[in-house]
Amino acid sequence: MMRIATYLKAAAVIAAAFVHQAHAEEIAAPLGDAANGEKVFRKCASCHAVGSGAKNKVGPQLNGIFGRTAGTIEDFRYSDGLVREGKNGLVWDYEHLDAYLDNPKALVSDTRMNFRGLKEEQDRHDVLAYLRQFSDSPLDIPEAQPTALPKEVELSAEVLAIVGDPAYGEYLSSECSTCHQRNGSDQGIPSITGWPTEDFVVAMHAYKEKIRPHPVMQMMAGRLSDEEIAALAAYFAVLGD
Amino acid sequence: MKLNRRSFIAAGAATATLGAPSLRANTKPRVVVIGGGAGGATVARYVAKDSKGEIDVTLIEPTRQYYTCFFSNLYLGGFREMDSLGHSYGNLAAGGVNVVHDWAIGIDRDAKTVALAGGGSVPYDRLVLSPGIDFVDGAVPGWSTMAQNAMPHAYKGGSQTELLRAQINAMPEGGTFVMVAPPNPYRCPPGPYERVSMVAHTLKANNPKAKIIIVDPKEKFSKQALFEEGWGKHYSGMVERIGPDFGGANVEVNPDEMTVNVDGEVIKADVCNVIPAMKAGKICEMAGVTEGNWAPVSGHTMQSKIDENIHVLGDACSQGDMPKSGFSANSQAKVAAMAVRGALTGSKVFPAKFSNTCWSLIDTDDGVKVGATYEATDEKIAKVDGFISQTGEDADLRKTTYEESVGWYAGITADMFG
Repeated sequence: MMRIATYLKAAAVIAAAFVHQAHAEEIAAPLGDAANGEKVFRKCASCHAVGSGAKNKVGPQLNGIFGRTAGTIEDFRYSDGLVREGKNGLVWDYEHLDAYLDNPKALVSDTRMNFRGLKEEQDRHDVLAYLRQFSDSPLDIPEAQPTALPKEVELSAEVLAIVGDPAYGEYLSSECSTCHQRNGSDQGIPSITGWPTEDFVVAMHAYKEKIRPHPVMQMMAGRLSDEEIAALAAYFAVLGD
Repeated sequence: MKLNRRSFIAAGAATATLGAPSLRANTKPRVVVIGGGAGGATVARYVAKDSKGEIDVTLIEPTRQYYTCFFSNLYLGGFREMDSLGHSYGNLAAGGVNVVHDWAIGIDRDAKTVALAGGGSVPYDRLVLSPGIDFVDGAVPGWSTMAQNAMPHAYKGGSQTELLRAQINAMPEGGTFVMVAPPNPYRCPPGPYERVSMVAHTLKANNPKAKIIIVDPKEKFSKQALFEEGWGKHYSGMVERIGPDFGGANVEVNPDEMTVNVDGEVIKADVCNVIPAMKAGKICEMAGVTEGNWAPVSGHTMQSKIDENIHVLGDACSQGDMPKSGFSANSQAKVAAMAVRGALTGSKVFPAKFSNTCWSLIDTDDGVKVGATYEATDEKIAKVDGFISQTGEDADLRKTTYEESVGWYAGITADMFG
């Protein structure tokens, strides 16, 4: 099994090489297909409006989304998590939008965006190409990057299938509970109890690979093995049940 | 101090209050914990909780209400009231810990018993020492604990902190606050400088012409760039630091005259906060497990390098790279709890992992943090990875960091006291 870190490093190297080559030859890599993106966006349109005169609906309007700090449209009531991630420095660039569309709750755990995600990479690129037309500063999207970017975290089926050792999870969890309360309180520090295990696993890998911004969590997750993450996910999933 | 073993056993047998655990002593292993702070309360709680009644746990702590030293600076700044820093041991007792409010005054390592000031003794199979710090006698010439009312250290939570705040509030207009900062290593590396920030915050509102002078024996200090940036931004012209280049290591105080002599120059202080050099809490010396000022331990288990039946946690131990902090003590307590259970009941033991994060408040909603992860090597507890807040961070991030610290306080105290 190829380790995730190795995979991502390899992907990053490929991406860098690709960008370099693209610039050298002054070829803009193809963005997604905006026309198809408009069709895919129908999945989003019950909650989000975009385009001339778009208003906030269940979700915020998406004009000018590229380059915007997360959770900052006035008059829209965001989840605490989205506001917090914005304060932590989450800016909606291509990479983060792509990760968010792949699995919203993996990037921002308590987001109210109850959408399981666009699992097809091409769909995400197409939607982003569509949304890009409604941003004032399309240069926010580096022309050469999109098709070579890794997704948020590319977890293999093997990693997702690991069944954690609950006893180990309980021991490891003692390191979490210095800050995160076992009763699920979320004042200042987010709750981590009762999550679906896959969301927990994806989120921890996203910290580990430094895709989610937060220095403490990047550090804590950074030294957890796949098995340890699985053990923690198993333990916290049922805590409080 | 070493007590006579024979008299100990006799005294123990005569003690009724501790009868219950000793009745079961023949069948269950016994863990005794001395000190009910971030290390001791945590280890007692985790051993009791995770052994599910297979181990008798006794916690010996003199105070009924424990006031945390962490966040006490926020009390000086007016951000917290003392009541919010106080915690009782009711939940630990309800969770199966036998809480004894008494002083431990001696340890007989051969008989494996702890003598109590109130009489009697408590037998142990494993002893955990988590007494925090005491001060090195004569570290600051002219100062002793006899002078701590005139010149408070305020480096143990509770009444000393209240005394210091009262003195700050009673300072004459334009008066001088002097802090004598400690040499390394000491409890809470950013603590003195967070304190300066919080005192400055209070004085800026009540007594804006007042001055703060730090007399410091150290070349540099924790989060220095962050604090100095913050002092310049929020308290411009108020804080002056005299480092070792200007005689900060050559200091003598006179508590009767309220003067501080720095390398021959006499400063008149209205309030003088003396934070002397520190050492392990005295019970470690009494137990004979110290080398120099601290008690050396193995990072794998937090066992004393002098007596394998004794574990030492937190500020009192010397272990390697971890700073002395409540967070560190709490982290070490979990490794010790696992090692103790493994030794006494054969439960599974996993590799030791440690972590620490220290938040500091510089001014309202201006929080910063530093942290690291650690692992045990055969030599010491060694740093793995770390981070620190950056200068020039925007106000929103600093506010989030402060809010996070408030959440951490709630988290760690729940983790300690249940």
